[in-house]
Amino acid sequence: MTTDLIHWLLYGGAMGLIVIGIVGVVTLNNIFRIVLALVIAEAGANLLLVIAGYRFDAIAPILTGSSVNQLMVDPVPQAMVLTSIVIGVGIQALALALVLKVYQNYKTLDIREIHQRLSTDIDSNSGVISLLSSEQPAGERPLPEPSAQNETAQLNQGGDK
Amino acid sequence: MRNVSALVFASGLAFLLLVITWQFVVGGAPMLIGEAILQQGADEVGAANLVTSVVLGYRGIDTLGEIAILFTASTATSLVLSSLSTKSSSNKKESIRDEGTILASSASLFFPLLITLGMYIILHGHLTPGGGFQGGVILAAAFFLPLLAVPGRGVNHSGLALVEGFAGASFIVIGIIALFQGNAFLQPFFSHGEMGSLLSAGTLPLLYTAVGLKVGAELSGLLANLAEIGEIVPESTDLEESSLQTESNGS
Repeated sequence: MTTDLIHWLLYGGAMGLIVIGIVGVVTLNNIFRIVLALVIAEAGANLLLVIAGYRFDAIAPILTGSSVNQLMVDPVPQAMVLTSIVIGVGIQALALALVLKVYQNYKTLDIREIHQRLSTDIDSNSGVISLLSSEQPAGERPLPEPSAQNETAQLNQGGDK
Repeated sequence: MRNVSALVFASGLAFLLLVITWQFVVGGAPMLIGEAILQQGADEVGAANLVTSVVLGYRGIDTLGEIAILFTASTATSLVLSSLSTKSSSNKKESIRDEGTILASSASLFFPLLITLGMYIILHGHLTPGGGFQGGVILAAAFFLPLLAVPGRGVNHSGLALVEGFAGASFIVIGIIALFQGNAFLQPFFSHGEMGSLLSAGTLPLLYTAVGLKVGAELSGLLANLAEIGEIVPESTDLEESSLQTESNGS
């Protein structure tokens, strides 16, 4: 009974951290919080790996004078988690750098606003008016009219200047 | 709507993960490879810390790839941040300011202690818990502490790059020497020595020292980059806004 309980607590905790992180990534709107949610999910994955090597009544896999003939936990998942933590630090730093860059350019951390302004910027830099672009979904695209085409041409000329 | 679909997705994922989890055994005997390493690791590698013999002995190429990933991440970070830092590098010298006597003197007090602790953890990586990665992070913290105490002081990035390149190159050179001796790449090749003494486990202490120096240099460069940006962002914000306003006014 207690073994089952511990089993559920350990694995449920690790899986819960992963799910919390993924829910955060999907639902949050602040990109810094999304980075933090990624960190939580990564902690859950690391915990899961460490638990996979756990063994009841065992000691750390370090050979000392008193550790002869004692049970030891699996050293391989621990080495893998060491790898994963260090890689996680690198990824987090890169993500933070990107967040800083985005914040410097758009002065906001709201992902909806960033997405909107980013697509507007991409459209204007590539010389198309986003609403008139033929790349837009058909339902959202107004029918091309002569006046609109003139406007496009004017704007393109303005862009050339 | 978006939140509801996200919650449905998350609950489905949680159910799937828990079903998979139910198959796992907790607290049982290790996997076959782990069992084999526990039994033969002491004789084959000679390190008292079996995790170290896995990281550097059995999975040395994996560690090399990990260092490469860390290097790539730190290079990409400085690449992303470099365009920010060049903007106000001219007025960097003026922005040096003291954050107070207590912070400054405790930073200079902790600097040698952290260096000693970091080197201790790196050099004893094959004997006690710890090793190159953990000690490297402590070294990075030691070099980051003065930056926190005196913001805007700047960091010798070329020196860090030199240490980093030297450590990474020596890691690979040790691996290649093992190849010339007829072993596999990165296989430990010196005599094992007496287990538990500082000079034991062949080349593992050398490899872990290289890893520790590399991780320490990379992470302190990375932290210094982020700290410099923290100094710069508020200033350049005003600059950019004013330039945007003048642009819109002019048009």
